[in-house]
Amino acid sequence: MKRLALPATLVGVIVLIALLAPFLGLPDPVRQDVAQRLALPSPGSPLGRDEFGRDVLARLIWGGRTSLSVAFAAALIACAIGTTLGLMAAWFRGLGGMLALGSTDIILCFPPVLLALLVVTLAGPGSVTLVMVLSVLFLPGFARVTYAEVQLVQELEYVEAARAIGATTPRILLRTILPNVAGPILVQLSLAVAAAIVLESGLSFLGMGVVPPAPSWGLMIRGARTTLEQAPQLLLWPCAALTLTIFAINLLCDALRDTVDPRTAQKSR
Amino acid sequence: MNFVLRRVALALALVWIVATIVFIAIHLVPGDPAELLLSTGGTAPDPATVAQLRDRLGLDLPLSTQYLAFLQGLLRGDLGTSLVDDYPVLDEIALRLPRTLELIAAGTTLAILIGVPAGTWAALNRGGPFDRAASATAAFVLAIPVFVVGTLLILLLAQTLRVMPAGGYVPFARNPGQHLLLLTLPALAIAKGLTAVLFRMTRSSVLDVVGQDHVRTARAKGLHPSRVVLRHILRNALSPVLTVLGLHMGALLGGTVLVEYVFNWPGLSTPLLRAVEARDYPMVTGIILVVSTLFLTINLITDLLRAALDPRIRTA
Repeated sequence: MKRLALPATLVGVIVLIALLAPFLGLPDPVRQDVAQRLALPSPGSPLGRDEFGRDVLARLIWGGRTSLSVAFAAALIACAIGTTLGLMAAWFRGLGGMLALGSTDIILCFPPVLLALLVVTLAGPGSVTLVMVLSVLFLPGFARVTYAEVQLVQELEYVEAARAIGATTPRILLRTILPNVAGPILVQLSLAVAAAIVLESGLSFLGMGVVPPAPSWGLMIRGARTTLEQAPQLLLWPCAALTLTIFAINLLCDALRDTVDPRTAQKSR
Repeated sequence: MNFVLRRVALALALVWIVATIVFIAIHLVPGDPAELLLSTGGTAPDPATVAQLRDRLGLDLPLSTQYLAFLQGLLRGDLGTSLVDDYPVLDEIALRLPRTLELIAAGTTLAILIGVPAGTWAALNRGGPFDRAASATAAFVLAIPVFVVGTLLILLLAQTLRVMPAGGYVPFARNPGQHLLLLTLPALAIAKGLTAVLFRMTRSSVLDVVGQDHVRTARAKGLHPSRVVLRHILRNALSPVLTVLGLHMGALLGGTVLVEYVFNWPGLSTPLLRAVEARDYPMVTGIILVVSTLFLTINLITDLLRAALDPRIRTA
């Protein structure tokens, strides 16, 4: 538990800043002011302005809000559907369940960025497309983890006990089994959020993700590349924000895994 | 032998499934692909042009006929022609795929050459200064997205220190030295994630094996330490490392798209991104099919290598 404190605080602070973005009194992140193009830091805009004269701090925080909401939405959708699939496939064991589980594996035949680009070709870029694609990409992970864990748990005595006292199947699945497999699913969730942030920023960087002028870290890095010579600092802020966020979530993920499964904790020492 | 056949058959089936999914995706998209393609900026396209394009794409034929024609084309190596400039998709891929393959090969080689020895060394000297430094570096490196590494390398080495070119490409035949120089930064950028992943996996896998009885026996009978490490520890520890290598190739191939873009490397990334933007379906499907097949082939090879390394897998 002690190991969880630092990474959880770090992630909490990042999420809190993103959540509070509208209340921080920031300038409008999409308002352009060409006269202030590439302006250096000043009291009004502590990180300066970008190539269109937009406030960098505002874009950084609002961009984080975009990245995090896309990542969390995608991870939560994938988690809900994937966990249900895995739970059903392990519990009912029928051909249908196995097929559903197997079909999610097909998603793993595609390199993730390419599957995402295929969907962007069909549906056009944008946050909704991103959430859709990313949730599909992370589905198999949740389904597999849940399936494996439920298989281990469902043979245990307390499940049999629940059945013996006459609990209904939904009750056993939701109240008895799900809480006992929640740990590994939580680890998978933090993995998916980190991976979603990486993919979202990468696609936005390519111009295939978040649509300008909406702020996003990937888009900020894309924009900063064009003014690399005049204003290299514009590149550093979004890079630092992105790396710090992913690093914090990775740390949280490792700490969660150690808490959930003490055996891996011993090994990595 | 039986194992090899079964594994190859599975790989072929997966390629077929991937092709089918790509086909279905294109044809299930709501709305008429031809109309979607031709409409730009909200203006309705000319019905005659739409009909012409529908005819060219064969969209009026029954879906089953289209599907069979698509599969037959694949078998003949015909991926259609670009909707933008009528250029055969296969020719474009044939021109650019070798450059992408070169990047992938260079990146993977670098990652293996750095990650596996570093992971072994860290595990054998567990808790030592090298282990701690390398483990911390790996955790940090894993947190930086590949396009950020690429862009920062350009900022540092090309823009600020001016010791490396910012990107570009020169054919090997024309200038080998310059070719390799231009290859260095993109290959490093691509290798970074895989290096960290291989380092971690090798480290934990070697740690698992080191404590086993057969290693103690090998040491006890006085084998040379390097022989113990190579023949008794690494041979047993590499199987999970190979699995992770195969699994991570998907991320690496995706990363290649980003890295080629960052460094202006004229591989498959450029036509792919152009085609995605222009909704050039034949080009997009062609490139995605080729790269996914490449991915499945790499996974096939790693599986076969694992089987060669570990006889238990062959009979499983």
